[in-house]
Amino acid sequence: MTGALQDVTILDLTQHIVGPYATKLFADFGADVIKIESPGGDPARRLGPFKGGDRSAEKSGTFFYFNTNKRSVVLDLRSASGRDAFWRLAATADVVVESFRPGVLDLLGIGWEEIHRRHPGLPLVSVSNFGQHSPYRDYKGSELVLYGFGGEMHSTGRLQREPVKMYGTAALVLSGSALSTAIMGALFAGRYQSVGQHVDFSIADSHLVGVDRRHATVMGVQYSGRKSLRAPAAPPQGMLAGLYRCKDGWIELAGGGARFRNAREFLGHPDWMEDPKWDNPAIQMDPEAIAEFTSHLEPWLAQRSKREVWERARAARFISGPLYTIDEVFDDPNFRDRGLWQSAETGPMGSFEFPGRPFLMSETPWAYRRPAPLLGEHTAEVMRAAGCDEDALRQVLADASKEGADG
Amino acid sequence: MADLPLHGVRVLDLGGVWAGTFSSLLLADLGAEVLKQENQFVWQPNTRGVPVAHLTKEMTQEGAGWINGLPNNDPGERPWNYHPMFVSLYRNKYSFTLDIRQPEGLEILGRLVAISDVVLENSAVGTMEKLGISYEWLCSHREDIIFLRAPGYGLSGDYMNARTMGAQLEGVMGHQLLRGYRDAGPGENSGIFAADYIAGAQIAFALMAAVWHRNNTGAGQFIEMAQAENASGMFAQAYMDFALNGQTGEALGNRSIYADDGEAPCGVYPCLSPGDPEDGLDRWIAISVTNDEEWLALRGQLGDPDWAMRPELETAAGRAAAQDLLDEKLSEWTAQFEDYELFHRLQAAGIAAAPVLEASRLLNDPHVQARNLFQDQELPDDIGVYKYPAPLFEFPESEGGIRRPPVAFGQDNEYVYKELLGVDEQEYQRLVDTGHIASTFADSVP
Repeated sequence: MTGALQDVTILDLTQHIVGPYATKLFADFGADVIKIESPGGDPARRLGPFKGGDRSAEKSGTFFYFNTNKRSVVLDLRSASGRDAFWRLAATADVVVESFRPGVLDLLGIGWEEIHRRHPGLPLVSVSNFGQHSPYRDYKGSELVLYGFGGEMHSTGRLQREPVKMYGTAALVLSGSALSTAIMGALFAGRYQSVGQHVDFSIADSHLVGVDRRHATVMGVQYSGRKSLRAPAAPPQGMLAGLYRCKDGWIELAGGGARFRNAREFLGHPDWMEDPKWDNPAIQMDPEAIAEFTSHLEPWLAQRSKREVWERARAARFISGPLYTIDEVFDDPNFRDRGLWQSAETGPMGSFEFPGRPFLMSETPWAYRRPAPLLGEHTAEVMRAAGCDEDALRQVLADASKEGADG
Repeated sequence: MADLPLHGVRVLDLGGVWAGTFSSLLLADLGAEVLKQENQFVWQPNTRGVPVAHLTKEMTQEGAGWINGLPNNDPGERPWNYHPMFVSLYRNKYSFTLDIRQPEGLEILGRLVAISDVVLENSAVGTMEKLGISYEWLCSHREDIIFLRAPGYGLSGDYMNARTMGAQLEGVMGHQLLRGYRDAGPGENSGIFAADYIAGAQIAFALMAAVWHRNNTGAGQFIEMAQAENASGMFAQAYMDFALNGQTGEALGNRSIYADDGEAPCGVYPCLSPGDPEDGLDRWIAISVTNDEEWLALRGQLGDPDWAMRPELETAAGRAAAQDLLDEKLSEWTAQFEDYELFHRLQAAGIAAAPVLEASRLLNDPHVQARNLFQDQELPDDIGVYKYPAPLFEFPESEGGIRRPPVAFGQDNEYVYKELLGVDEQEYQRLVDTGHIASTFADSVP
């Protein structure tokens, strides 16, 4: 079996997180993603975590994860040989994706109008912070800045403190997941309608109207005049409802409401629950009863691991989940047995595991075919396959390795 | 104009909550004909409202606007058609009702499967089984059907039957312990919904990949997404740090995970505020320095004060070690400015910065206006005209945008039954009488 997208060729001029995450999804499901890098390489190659903390080339965990299954071609797009190489590759591509600052592609002489003139059916997807047309078109962005502006950050955190973001680059990965649908749409338009479309994907917009609950806060305040604010404090624990400490960490339990009828089974039928008062649904609203219940629950939880408590919560059909640390996620037998982890080995990084398939396709499975490419690893191979003769290839390689060629 | 990219693809949407509902929104925006199946006797929480269908006026009078802020603070006749949490996820879709718990309902569903390309669902494991809906059953109605299921933890393993929302499975994947204030525990974290949205986007991606493959080969397929596993990309660096170096990570607040690579300072700092946080009038600016050059630019904006002239701050390592100081000094400085004034000033100096916007201010932002991201729409329930979100991106050669405003419950029953299934008027009336066809939830539903 082969990947669902095995007949797709993507010319990928994106870097950092958003574009590479989207094109990784394509590469992992079989597409030939040709990653065009400047001589200095994707800046993500210089982002940690590095194997052993060694910042030297080809040891970046960030770059590895976001670029599996791609091939790397280094071109100096400011040189004539680099541009010729780009056009040679564009003739073989189903879609071009780029994340230069708006306007840069035009300056390089490979902008939308020129692409469209040469290849009318070839789509281009441009990724940028605020879009190709915006008063903020030339503004810089970062994960924090774009999430703060576009995402639902203002209402996240505690009222008397600053708004607080999600982990790492989660907000950018969310944007990348949405970008994958834009690229897919562009591919369909190109393949089935022979219409090359220029899709203007703005990372800010993907949060403003998309991958976050921002649409809900905007509707809520328009409808009712009521804003959505950060909460002043954690919500008080209910009866079997809230975040609790176990012997080895935290677990969230939502065993209130109708599910509370399973509380005795969950707790192993303790004597103190024999009292029929616990059968009255109204008791779940009584603060004194909640305190009494919690005084029994907490020592019970303190003797048990979060895994054990979650197992009982699952049996009782409570909405629940432990807070795992990263090592616990790695060691977890459920995810291991299901095959989430993929082994990899590279010369510079040794052998290790990383999260593999995001989902399972019965006929066209996710497959790890090759590690993230070394910088320029596939320049010669890809250019030769595209019909580049040896003289022209020598010029491409020479221009791409020139001192100071990196923009 | 060209057709939208997914023109001609019909999606039978048995999904719900955020993930399924967002996935079919993306497909609908791309031109697929999304038929959203609903049932007047079944209230699926967090799909067209929360916690109940028939909200009382009392339930809508206070609390966060996004949770229960209804038009004019009145639930009206059919609050599920304009619930703020979900209404924006229903544009460009079709809604029909069918009681698939009845044998006849399942038979009718089979007839729809026969004329559909894709079926998706994201209920807890057991729901489809109870209804008798399986990939095999779908294939018996359409051999090349594409079926996607997206329960929290997939269709095998110890956690298969776990009841969960996106928020809990993020905790299981490690996110709760990796996010939030540096000096507070996970109990201080706000609920977030990122796992639901990445599931939604990647359900759409998976289905399009499967349609692409089917168009090439004629073969449909079955797709299983465990939403927990699907979320792993959002925490990739944490997993890689453990895989490569055995590090388990910790919450960093608003600081960059790349501080050692030059990305400091990185934070959210106070600006001049016209009022109190309790009124949503607190204002903040996000600032990210990503390299030495940008630090020098920011230092210049600060006026090159003595504390900032220490040469080690010109290095990534020096700034990473001085983040407490940088945050403290920046907070003092930013507090003198209006957020938009500082935003433009810092950006003009080449520094990434933006206001952290409270939602009511969005509609006045020049970027949001220039890109027409929120557009006036009138819904069928006569609640008035409001601005609703537009698609995330456009295909300029196609007639895209908001082709249909958020669809009301059962709005397209006539289209689905009469046009698609060829049901005559007499049969249509019978299906109304037997409960399949409705335009409101039954009174028996809470």
